[in-house]
Amino acid sequence: MEAGPEGSSAEPLEFRDATKRYPGSVTPAVNELTLEVAAGEICVLVGPSGCGKTTAMRMVNRMIDITSGDILLGGRSVKNRKPAELRRHIGYVIQQIGLFPHRTIADNVATVPKLLGWDKHRIVKRVDELLELVGLDPHEMRGRYPTQLSGGQRQRVGVARALAVDPPVMLMDEPFGAIDPINRERLQNEFLRLQAELRKTIIFVTHDIDEAIKMGDRIAIMQTGGKLAQYAPPAELLMAPANEFVEDFVGADRALKRLALQRVRDIDLWSVATCRVGEPVAEVRTRLEDADLDFPLLVDEHLRPIGWLSERALTGERVREELRSKADPIVELDDILRDALSDLLARDSMYGPVVDADGRTVGVLSIQVISHAVGGAVAGVPSAADRAP
Amino acid sequence: MSLALTLIAQGGGFVRDRAGESGCPGNNGVCLSWVLDHLDRYQTPFLEHVYISVVPVVIGFAIALSVGLLAHRQRWLITPLTGLTSALYTIPSIAAFLLLLPITGRGNDTAIVALTAYTLVIIFRNVITGLASVPKDAVDAARGMGLTSRQLLFRVELPLALPEILAGLRIAAATTVGLAAFAYLAGAGGLGRNIDLNITFKGNVLICGVLLTLLAAALDLTVLTFQRLVTPWRRAASS
Amino acid sequence: MTLPLASILTTFRDAVTFIFEQRESGAGTVRIGGLQEIGHLAGNQFAVSFLALAVAIAVAVPIGLWLGHLGRAEFLAIGVANIGRAVPALALIAFFVAFLGTGFANITFALTLLAIPPILTNTYVGMRQVDRELVDAARGQGLSEVQVIRQVELPLAMATIFGGVRLSAVTVLATAIIAPLAGLDTLGSPIISSEIYGEAGQIGAAIVVAVLTLITDAGFALVQRLVTPKGLRVAGREGGQSRTWPMSTRRVQLR
Repeated sequence: MEAGPEGSSAEPLEFRDATKRYPGSVTPAVNELTLEVAAGEICVLVGPSGCGKTTAMRMVNRMIDITSGDILLGGRSVKNRKPAELRRHIGYVIQQIGLFPHRTIADNVATVPKLLGWDKHRIVKRVDELLELVGLDPHEMRGRYPTQLSGGQRQRVGVARALAVDPPVMLMDEPFGAIDPINRERLQNEFLRLQAELRKTIIFVTHDIDEAIKMGDRIAIMQTGGKLAQYAPPAELLMAPANEFVEDFVGADRALKRLALQRVRDIDLWSVATCRVGEPVAEVRTRLEDADLDFPLLVDEHLRPIGWLSERALTGERVREELRSKADPIVELDDILRDALSDLLARDSMYGPVVDADGRTVGVLSIQVISHAVGGAVAGVPSAADRAP
Repeated sequence: MSLALTLIAQGGGFVRDRAGESGCPGNNGVCLSWVLDHLDRYQTPFLEHVYISVVPVVIGFAIALSVGLLAHRQRWLITPLTGLTSALYTIPSIAAFLLLLPITGRGNDTAIVALTAYTLVIIFRNVITGLASVPKDAVDAARGMGLTSRQLLFRVELPLALPEILAGLRIAAATTVGLAAFAYLAGAGGLGRNIDLNITFKGNVLICGVLLTLLAAALDLTVLTFQRLVTPWRRAASS
Repeated sequence: MTLPLASILTTFRDAVTFIFEQRESGAGTVRIGGLQEIGHLAGNQFAVSFLALAVAIAVAVPIGLWLGHLGRAEFLAIGVANIGRAVPALALIAFFVAFLGTGFANITFALTLLAIPPILTNTYVGMRQVDRELVDAARGQGLSEVQVIRQVELPLAMATIFGGVRLSAVTVLATAIIAPLAGLDTLGSPIISSEIYGEAGQIGAAIVVAVLTLITDAGFALVQRLVTPKGLRVAGREGGQSRTWPMSTRRVQLR
């Protein structure tokens, strides 16, 4: 397998029949897990409590020793490397974060560089760089102690610390689990933006299927007993669950979940007849016949939507400005489909004009359009990092 | 009670008097001026007391720390050691001094051995609870980042356990000063004999009490200052 | 420093003989030793200790319960244990003798003062350690404050409170050794008046007092076990549940 996207230090990761058996236990904690994570991708391990997802993750950096099978990092078995040395080259982020309370933020972030013997000057620069990367002000934060930070800030420091030596692989165990929902969403979005830039190979463990769908390039759903139920990109998981367990775990609302995966531009929109004030009504009527929607949309000279025309607007020779209703909500091509649907419902509108980046009307969106698109096949679903809003 | 009266009648027994002193001391008053004039009488006993208090604390701390670290790694040791130390602690110090007499003879050494045992007991418990109170996630993160066991111990666990351990040291120091007062019964020096010799003399009792309190306070303050110096993060937390 | 083994064994044998056989004192003037005298001395010691402990419990437990229930005066409740530990027992007894004189009442008073701090602090801490949500739920169900204390907090705090009583008992018993300085004969008499009782007497008394104290402690430990509500006992065994002490230098040694 090749290395990651150009410029990154990411390496591919492979589980080969990886098994963990605890003495005295009949069922293995992890049962012959086999999957490949391409360099630069996020692989989410998700499943109910006790399915072995955290165990599997901890086998990568040998916090738990594998009973049989192998795990290959960049083609090399992790079993051949000394644990402490191996771990210094793997980023490790845990739910409770685990910052050292007795060290400053700067010292915390500098932990692994110091272990590797970097010189002081380089460490200082790197720490400042990393703090900025995760959205913290270096001058304010470097001298503080962990107890003085909020939960969200601490988790950012945790991520910075894991990225310190630019490791080829990162392990993240419910990293945002201890954060409140509002900040969690922010952190998820920011992390995805970071990943778009850094392109690391990441194993991300969570119990939350929604987080898995949002964060993962590929998702590995695990069942109790450590078995892999399905390993697929989010869209495939939602559209073609491999068995009843996956179906149940993903949830009965899989159709709605899929809306989070797509943008307005990804689906076929209805065409709409646009017209301007003063245009000949006969022309407009011709356009109406060709369009998918029966109602004409009034636009300005830049094709920006103004409002939906009432019947009386078309009674004369030329179009008059007589609106039935305003063009509200206006949906952009780049909007996430779920958010667009949400807007339609909120405004109690049947139809929403869709505009491109310049504000020009390109079509119309309705609940009918969406359900038609969701029911059918979807081509070319983009990766998780591109989905960052 | 009858035995006591008999012994007093015989001129021996519990309450000794100061031969030949007249005036205030003879009346067992507070007599500050007399006491301050004769402060040199307390000098040697005080220094002896310092010696038999500080030495056990230092030795006891060293042993307790080593044994505690060992028990932290080999967890099966904790239960038997805790049981043993609890039993030792229960035995009254006076009894301990005397039980050691046949083995170590009369004098300061007996006191030091017994007092070391008590110090050890107190500090050992704090070493164990101190190490146990280190946040588990910090230990997990440290391991996960690639610290070896030794690095983990010295860079993470010990520093974080230090406040608890030093708290035990302070308690041990104060307790030892008090227990050392009984050491005279086994032939050691210290202020205990001064108290016993003139127990009804108010001035004597007062000055001994003051000296003991000062010594305990000085030791306590020393450790406290040291603790403040080496744990800057605790100050930050409270600010 | 260490004396030859033979001599050590002889000394101990002499001490044990002292416990069981009467003999003449060094000056030949009184009969000392033997089980009867040992019993008498031990009896005195236990009597005064028991009394002091009882009074201390009667005083400290109610105060500790109330302060702990309210969560007030933490500094006082915890600080009193530190003060109690810092005061040298000998100095305390000497102080009482010098300023208040000898006598059973005085020595009992002194021992009571010594016994109060561990009980007070442990009662306070035991009450504070009870899960606040439990108390809240109890109140929410309509229990009065006194009922909350009696039915919820006290049973759960029992183990800790008893730990304090146990510590106090051992401390008082140990300090009662020097009661002779205040005019009361206890097992400390042979220890303090070594010219009459001889080294054999000193060590013999030391053996007896050590053994009796260990037995007393074991007895209290048993009661402490029995007093712990069953649910907590099981949890403690299985989970190795560690109780959180007040995290600071104000920490108290609890058993």
